[in-house]
Amino acid sequence: MSTSIYQQFTDYIKNETPVALATIIEGPGVGAKLLVARVDGVEKVIGSLGHPELDRVVARDTAGELEAGRTGVRHYGPEGQATPEDLIDTPTVVVFIESFSPAPQLWIFGAVDFTAALGRVAKVLGYRVTVCDAREIFATKRRFPMADEVMVTWPTPMFEKRGSTLGPRDAVCILTHDPKFDVPAVQGALSTSVGYIGVMGSRKTHNKRLERLAEVGVNSPEQLSRLMSPIGLDLGGRTPEETAIAICAEIIARRTGHSATSLKNTDGAIHS
Amino acid sequence: MREILDDIDRWRSDGKKVAVARVVKIEGSGPRDPGAAMAVNEDGEVAGSVSGGCVEGAVVSEALAIIGENAPGRMVTFGYSDDEAFAVGLTCGGIIRLYIEQLDW
Repeated sequence: MSTSIYQQFTDYIKNETPVALATIIEGPGVGAKLLVARVDGVEKVIGSLGHPELDRVVARDTAGELEAGRTGVRHYGPEGQATPEDLIDTPTVVVFIESFSPAPQLWIFGAVDFTAALGRVAKVLGYRVTVCDAREIFATKRRFPMADEVMVTWPTPMFEKRGSTLGPRDAVCILTHDPKFDVPAVQGALSTSVGYIGVMGSRKTHNKRLERLAEVGVNSPEQLSRLMSPIGLDLGGRTPEETAIAICAEIIARRTGHSATSLKNTDGAIHS
Repeated sequence: MREILDDIDRWRSDGKKVAVARVVKIEGSGPRDPGAAMAVNEDGEVAGSVSGGCVEGAVVSEALAIIGENAPGRMVTFGYSDDEAFAVGLTCGGIIRLYIEQLDW
């Protein structure tokens, strides 16, 4: 017995394989499905929308949407016609293409109390959480049960090995306050295309850190503008949990490019 | 849809019929983006959501009708357009287009 498309779809999602689902939502063949998964960099196409040429064109477009992480509706002819001229006098096949990318990553450097609170809030937001600290007695799964992964490591090897997996949707939070650790962590994070880099510390710690970063050559305006330091929005909170909310709120605001002020004090569309 | 898969698996292993509603398009202001999904089983149990609570009740009725009639998937629109069969509106003034189908694939 062959495995159903739904079963294969959920298997891909559960093992964090990028996958997109194309469904005919209007027109001939409504309900038909095509699944495109990217397995080890190679696209795998499962299912059919009822015509080989339609399958070919939709699989191509679905792979593109998956690559970009986009979800949306596209229109075709029943035999895969895609240009407006070809679509005249044919019934329209409306296809909903939904991309499922693996969860965004949050790497937290420093196994401290703030780490546990930040990990919990990040899990609520759907992040895959990795906690890193070089000290074996602090970096334990028992102290951070919410983390998907706890790594006993220095920052540099971590970024060398896995920095290329970080992208604009991902975040790095450096909570160590320890120059031995946070300088290489900042250097490592800046060498990636990660969307958010936050570094914890008082204004005094921040200023000292800037000096140490300058000593290792991190001083260009482009580099420094990527550092959110001191980390977090100014909510006035004190506890690790309140601090975690201030950090996560800043991560969201940086991603959306919104102002992070109260809507009461702004105009215009709320969802844009 | 990711967040409702566990509930769907549980219902299906209990032998329940399931329908899934997915947001495919939002016009104007809308609380959830395309891809937001809600599952309904034959007993009317619900997982997930497709709006801020404005249309969920109507989506459950529509999903149960599709399960009951063993009907193919269909588009359902909620919002201000006056030729729509559904009187349920969105408080935010937007239009939400959903595709609802049985999970039989």
